[in-house]
Amino acid sequence: MIAGGPIVSPAATASHGHLLVFAIVLPVLGALASLLAGGRWPARIALSTTPFGLAVAIAIAVSVCRSGRVLDYVIGGWAPPLGIALRADGLSALMVLTAAVLIIGIGLFAYAQFSAPAGTEARGSSVFWTLLLAVWAGLNAVFLGGDLFTLFVALELLTFAAVPLVCLDGQADTLAAALRYLLFALLGSVLYLLGTMLLYGGYGTLDILLLADRVRPGPIAWAALALMSAGLLAKAALYPLHLWLPPAHAGAPAPASAVLSGLVVKAPFFLMVRLWFDVMPGAADQAAAQLLGGLATAAILIGSVVALRQTRLKLLVAYSTVAQIGYLFLMFPLAGGVPAIHPWGATAWTGGALQAVSHAFAKAAMFMAAGLIYEALGHDRISDLAGIGRALPVTVFAFGIGGASLMGLPPSGGFVAKALLLTAAVAAGQWWWAVVVLTGGLLAGGYVFLVLTRALAEPQAPIKLQKRVGGGRQSIALMLALAAVLLGFVPLRPWAVLLIGRPASASAGL
Amino acid sequence: MNLSPDVDGGLAVLIAGLALWTIAVRDTFAAVIGFVAFGLVVAVAWMRLAAPDVALTEAAIGSGITGGLLITAAAGRRRRPPPQPDGRPRGIVRIAAATASVLAAVGLGVAVLSLPTPAPTLAPNVALHLGLTGLANPVNAVLLGFRAVDTLLEVFVLLLALLGVWSLAPDRFWGGRPGAAQRVDPHAMLVFVARLLPPLGIVVGLHLLWVGAVAPGGEFQSATVLAAVWILATTAGLCDWPPVGKPRLRLVLVIGTAVFLAIGLAGLVIAGAFLAYPPAYAKLLIVAIELPLTLSIAAILGLLVAGPPSREPRR
Amino acid sequence: MSSETWFGLCGAVLVGLGLFGLITHPDALRKLLAFNLLGGGVFLVFGTIARRGAAAGFGGDPVPQALVITGIVVAFASTALAVALLRRLAEAGGEPAAAAPAPLAEPPS
Repeated sequence: MIAGGPIVSPAATASHGHLLVFAIVLPVLGALASLLAGGRWPARIALSTTPFGLAVAIAIAVSVCRSGRVLDYVIGGWAPPLGIALRADGLSALMVLTAAVLIIGIGLFAYAQFSAPAGTEARGSSVFWTLLLAVWAGLNAVFLGGDLFTLFVALELLTFAAVPLVCLDGQADTLAAALRYLLFALLGSVLYLLGTMLLYGGYGTLDILLLADRVRPGPIAWAALALMSAGLLAKAALYPLHLWLPPAHAGAPAPASAVLSGLVVKAPFFLMVRLWFDVMPGAADQAAAQLLGGLATAAILIGSVVALRQTRLKLLVAYSTVAQIGYLFLMFPLAGGVPAIHPWGATAWTGGALQAVSHAFAKAAMFMAAGLIYEALGHDRISDLAGIGRALPVTVFAFGIGGASLMGLPPSGGFVAKALLLTAAVAAGQWWWAVVVLTGGLLAGGYVFLVLTRALAEPQAPIKLQKRVGGGRQSIALMLALAAVLLGFVPLRPWAVLLIGRPASASAGL
Repeated sequence: MNLSPDVDGGLAVLIAGLALWTIAVRDTFAAVIGFVAFGLVVAVAWMRLAAPDVALTEAAIGSGITGGLLITAAAGRRRRPPPQPDGRPRGIVRIAAATASVLAAVGLGVAVLSLPTPAPTLAPNVALHLGLTGLANPVNAVLLGFRAVDTLLEVFVLLLALLGVWSLAPDRFWGGRPGAAQRVDPHAMLVFVARLLPPLGIVVGLHLLWVGAVAPGGEFQSATVLAAVWILATTAGLCDWPPVGKPRLRLVLVIGTAVFLAIGLAGLVIAGAFLAYPPAYAKLLIVAIELPLTLSIAAILGLLVAGPPSREPRR
Repeated sequence: MSSETWFGLCGAVLVGLGLFGLITHPDALRKLLAFNLLGGGVFLVFGTIARRGAAAGFGGDPVPQALVITGIVVAFASTALAVALLRRLAEAGGEPAAAAPAPLAEPPS
């Protein structure tokens, strides 16, 4: 192998490292084939790629768990700082696996809606499947990338794949939502890029591990951290930069909303975690972490209150995403970006990771359910949902279980996540976050029950269904919701596997 | 060039002034023209920063086809006024934005002034390993050798942008040709120029590609020149944009990324790592990547300017 | 002040101007122009860093230069997508979508 410098963990690189390459390359190949073949092929190509992608994701997870070490791969044999490395730690492996499973579910759900009529190539179906594969490639690149500029390109990939999904129906309001999304995303990317460049200027490398060694607190590090965080917050739609999300996620077709709210919005959060915990733990101090926590609080409270006031179901679910993203960012003040050893750091870390995964499944299920209700009724006005519980019981049940995870009702992944965050908050003496978590749970309960009571109510006149909704799609929504529930059966303590690759400060207090 | 730094100071002030004008002027068309001028002066700045590859790219892409795209957009709005914007933002937003902007500019200025000396750099590292790539142009060695995966993903991103642009077409136009059918007077000056320039442009483009191995140039600059002559030819009515559903067009668009990926995966077998090149064949492999890549990028850039399909496809 | 510092500070000013324009201009096309200015400023800062890293016989550090080239291409792609969205929005929100996008140069009437 051609070496540009010392290669990290040669054993792992030699044996399973190329799995990381396949995780990114497989969806890219699928997207290229789908664009080339046209006609009815995109759906078939996409669905045939998913099992292989899942196999790669499982293999990566198994490899990381078994070896107990970060799985890494040096691309081209050029070791950083000259070249680029891919890395899978515990959190990466979990996210890659979540993405693979969720994409399969979304693909199967979308098949009925986006399969092309015989003999022609329809715009919607070609575009949807190619972009779904591209989103998947981008997600894996974000979760596995080890170089800040490669991560920038991966973020751009995600943006370009996600924005056209929003306005797939071609209506003026979704076009406006897509444009706003694009502008926010571009602002985020350019701020992130600026921070990256400052880091290179200060330390001469863009590799995450090397930067972790070299970065010292100072104006360069602070400026870079501030800029990159601002950019990533804009992309993650944390309050007050959340305005683009509700119309965009509500306007997209249901399977697209599922992937956008479930996965795409988690990628910038993942990068924030990498940045704060891996690249610059020294530069991020308590004040900044508390500020992030404050914004997260605003997101949870304001997002939930606005969700309560929505009249349309898809918008309610979208505002709920705004609120749930706040929980993710509570991880920052709790897991601590500071080098000081926190006994509760591992707890908060697991809580945040679990929140990301369970929200992905629950939200995907809820958007699918909302989409099915819209198809069946021809509208999604919450006030006129009466009777849909009888007509589409599986769908409403899926919505309910997903909502239970959002509320934090046991058993569900959401409950475990919030319980872990609560524990960490109380242990840290930062009891105010505990209040926020509990209040958020109550408010989530409010809007979920709002929808459920309407849906289960007796209609004044028998409802007319515009369209028959097949049982297959309803079952997929239910299965994703059940996945969120299954996550509730994990033991209520920090996961050792998630801590693979974390610095020592985070492992204390297991 | 041994001009004094004051010239650079003057250039910097000119650039900032053009940018200020672009932001502040009322008429959108004038702002776009200002932006094109801005891009050209920035290209000169890049020459002063000893980055000729970047200067070429900035002039060609950053100012050239971006400017062309924005001029078309601005001209289209003159003919068809846009829907009323939301109105000027409230005073508080403007003050917040001004504060944030000033903070950002000042903070960035301070960061620039406190960049460490001696500057950390990868230039010696690049020089050390340059021979293994078979190229003498270090920027291209980085783009296609050391950080090739970034370039691979970037071309894929370009392709997705094109798909995104196509996806905006109404359903009935899917698979059709973009742009409008041009009816141009065959004796017009435009047609004369359009007959004259493309052969020259193709030669220049190919030269830029070939010489990029040892001197400033490379696939992006070359592809932009090729795309530009294509745009010129279609604008003058000498040829028409192809229908986007045409399989051969799809092949041309995809082949760059596909070959890049194939050679990268082959590297797993023959050189032990993804996107690794055995030193003896490195130059050959890089050329094998560059040729279809330039073709694809040229096609993508041209079609990005053409826009979404706007005519019904022939069945 | 050395030449590259001039351009670095110029880049900082561009970032400020671009940020202001991106946030405050009501018109999306002007926002897009501001975004391109912002990008240009970011690249100039990186150019300063590249120039300061001149060593080993090169006029500048080739890695940042290569990254700027990538960035310019990605910025163009962003602009193209945004322009297409803008025009489609104007067509969909305004008059019926029968008008084709304007050609690069007007045919002589």
